[in-house]
Amino acid sequence: MRAATATNESALISRVLAGETELFHELIRPYERLVYVTIFAILKNETEAEDAAQETMISAYRNLKSFRGEAKFSTWLVTIAMNEARKRLRKAKTAAENSLTEAVEEVEGDFTPAVLTDWREIPLEALERKELKEKLREAVAMLPEKYREVFVLRDVEELNQEETAAALGINITLVKVRLHRARMMLQKMLVPYLKSQTPARGGFFRRWFQ
Amino acid sequence: MKLECKHVWEHISGYLDKQLDPELLAAVEKHLESCEVCSAVLDSTRNILILTADDRTYELPVGYSARLHARLEAVLKEESG
Repeated sequence: MRAATATNESALISRVLAGETELFHELIRPYERLVYVTIFAILKNETEAEDAAQETMISAYRNLKSFRGEAKFSTWLVTIAMNEARKRLRKAKTAAENSLTEAVEEVEGDFTPAVLTDWREIPLEALERKELKEKLREAVAMLPEKYREVFVLRDVEELNQEETAAALGINITLVKVRLHRARMMLQKMLVPYLKSQTPARGGFFRRWFQ
Repeated sequence: MKLECKHVWEHISGYLDKQLDPELLAAVEKHLESCEVCSAVLDSTRNILILTADDRTYELPVGYSARLHARLEAVLKEESG
């Protein structure tokens, strides 16, 4: 199935390059979501992310010749998307913010998980689950950029290690290390919500907001 | 191989991704059997990944795809001639 898609994809790419440019629409359609989500995870702004996604696709079109088929087409797109997002992020940051962020990232932190002996199951109730997901998104947004990038590509986008390494231009060992740290940081941030509670109905989240 | 809790924590991700070699895997599993704390750390981390997977379907902005293709179309037209 995957092989068939890949063959079809490389045929499409050749045809676009040979002048059937209209087919580019079809070529990128399966990856519209991947590109948007990747960028949004970095920029955290819908309008900006949408614009960056458009620029990514335009840039992919203009540079299609340079796609050699060594990487998967999706990985190549993610690389362009990631670069576009980073470029905008850099532009948006003032020098002060920049040095602050870097200082934070340089800290060799304590990447141990929070210790708990009693955890709760993921709530089945829709509203509670929704609130928990909201907390998760906030926590992901708070991760330092280099950890967030890896977490988004591996655990949200489900790229494999090799693809993630290629998209970020880092080696696989670093992908593993950063992913582990990202997960441990998330576990620590979210542990209040993951702990076992026996509250009155509907009271679970209220107590954390007080 | 006998592991302490903090060593088990280092391998939580590897365990969840099924990347531990057999010897290490056996040691981690042995530890997990008897350690409530590490089991809870593992399960809470796994729950985060389950929630992440569950959240993967979040919505794109309305009209995103249409606007994307319209902008592409403009570029394609302009540059193909």
